[in-house]
Amino acid sequence: MGTASTLENIDAVRAMIKRAKLKDHIFGLVGLVCIMLILLTLLILFVDLVVDGYPKLFSADFYSNFPSRRAAKAGLLSALVGSSLVMLVTFVSAVPMGVGAAIYLEEYAPKNWFTEIIEVNVTNLAAVPSIIYGLLALGLFVYTLDFGNSILTAGLTLGLLILPVVIVATREAIRAIPIAIREAAYAVGATKGQVVGQHVVRYSAGGILTGVIIGMARAIGETAPVITIGALTFIAFLPESPVSSTPPFINFEWLTSGFTVLPIQMFSWLSRPSSSFHVNAAAAGAIIILVTLLMNGIAIKMRYNIRKKIKWQ
Amino acid sequence: MQTFRSSMIKGFIQFTSAIAIASTLGACSKSDDSNTVEEPMFEPNAIVTIDGSSTVFPVTEAVAEEFQIATKTKVTVGISGTGGGFKKFCRGETDISGASRPIKQKEIDKCKEAGIEFIELPVAFDALTVVINPANDFAKEMTVAELKTIWGPEAQENITSWNQVNPDWPDQPLKLFGPGADSGTFDYFTEAIIGKSKSSRGDFTASEDDNVLVTGVAGDKGGIGYFGYAYYEENKDKLTAVAVSEEAGKAGVLPSKASIEDGTYQPLARPIFIYVKKSAAQEKAHVKAFVDYYLEQGRPLIEEVKYVPLPAEDQDAVIAHWKALKAGTGFIEGKAEVGVKIKDLLDRVQ
Repeated sequence: MGTASTLENIDAVRAMIKRAKLKDHIFGLVGLVCIMLILLTLLILFVDLVVDGYPKLFSADFYSNFPSRRAAKAGLLSALVGSSLVMLVTFVSAVPMGVGAAIYLEEYAPKNWFTEIIEVNVTNLAAVPSIIYGLLALGLFVYTLDFGNSILTAGLTLGLLILPVVIVATREAIRAIPIAIREAAYAVGATKGQVVGQHVVRYSAGGILTGVIIGMARAIGETAPVITIGALTFIAFLPESPVSSTPPFINFEWLTSGFTVLPIQMFSWLSRPSSSFHVNAAAAGAIIILVTLLMNGIAIKMRYNIRKKIKWQ
Repeated sequence: MQTFRSSMIKGFIQFTSAIAIASTLGACSKSDDSNTVEEPMFEPNAIVTIDGSSTVFPVTEAVAEEFQIATKTKVTVGISGTGGGFKKFCRGETDISGASRPIKQKEIDKCKEAGIEFIELPVAFDALTVVINPANDFAKEMTVAELKTIWGPEAQENITSWNQVNPDWPDQPLKLFGPGADSGTFDYFTEAIIGKSKSSRGDFTASEDDNVLVTGVAGDKGGIGYFGYAYYEENKDKLTAVAVSEEAGKAGVLPSKASIEDGTYQPLARPIFIYVKKSAAQEKAHVKAFVDYYLEQGRPLIEEVKYVPLPAEDQDAVIAHWKALKAGTGFIEGKAEVGVKIKDLLDRVQ
């Protein structure tokens, strides 16, 4: 009976499958359109900046000149160096603190209402507008601690800004480690410190790195907080080099130097009366996007390399 | 395990060293050649720190650029706006502050509290320029009274069409564009046109970025806006400048170098200033040298960035004022005066 009716209905069943497959197809297509729209937006933006900034983008002078009142002479050098040094401070300040906080919350903190509150707040911090961090930094670093409008202040501000990103990413990465790994380590007599240090953190390094680099990529494009703490618009010299050829080889004088960063340089060129500066602004914009893409690319590559090395068995 | 560990460490090292290298590469290469070129005239770590108005910025930047080339002395210029600049100046953070309006009483008090004396130096003129869309052929000449009708606080929601300002003009919707309330330009325009600083209608498109105003007026036939002359000069093909007449019956005057110098472009020609910390001028040779350079070599640079230098005799008076280190402001209670003579201003300071 069953087979007979199935056979009788075979056409209807086939039609049904066909319809379902069509729906699949349409959904796939909609998804494709969505992703293409996103990619196209980025692509058009990037291509447009490259086309506008083309004459500057491929000129070596642009990267080795200081800002100038003449568009033809104006270059990115102080902004490039400023951004790099600020990022260095951001990295050094945010990563140990963020990773440490995440490990504590995941591995050591007791589960009670207090840690619950901390967790909710950390997640919320990630959504606080960056200008608020700028105001906080102005009050804390510039006025109270008297760090001045320096690279140190900017680096710490952006460090604070990406701290929640680093914490959340690290926690996600740690959570992805199977419980069996921990149990196995304990079973052979490892201490808590050994379990965390030699297994959990090591296996989640890929995810942690991704979080760090995505945070850094966000920080490099931030303008509002850096303006708030008093980044400069015209600075035609470089801070003291952090490394030197004579002992003691390393100095920290650069931390107190004034600075400018890429997005501020771009904004300053954009708001000029003369439209010839807009070429410089477009080129600077292309560079910022390129640096961001590059950093994200590095993150992906590192995660891939590290995951490849991990063998659970 | 070992290989994994080392690769992870390698990864970290690669990443951090990439940042370090990127940051030091430029630093090393540049500091090297500045060493070989010439020793700086002043102590090597001497920096002239300047902040303040975005209107004064182009002039100061040009002077800073040339001064740095000439003397190898470091100069930094920030843009915090006139008010923001004075905040830093009165906290003792900067040597010089650029201002597109005179220092206010509140700011004078703050400086006094901190024990900071300042020398007020007019450095150039800017012409506030009223602009309309090139398709607008009826309002190329306007009186101050007409501008007041358009921009006054009473106009809010009442004056919405050009023919309400002047019945001879067509029934074209008015679209207003102006700088935001924090800007010195806004303060001066309202003082000069409405008669009271900061008194303006609020229903206009406000932007601190003058390029936004340019785009706005250029894109709307009924558009009208105002900003510094340099932005008009660079966008002459997209905008028409309005000839402003002080009262009905007088011929309108277009903003230009000539009309500012002979004093006929009134009331919208305004002086721009730098304020120099007196103690810095006395104790820091590099700050003194910078201001000397600003006042003595600045004229061609001022013209290059589309501002108008002071008339020669006024310039001499400013230099004499500076050499005598006369501290204080020539403005009464920090009120911007329209059409004030530079000479009078300087003479008031004892």
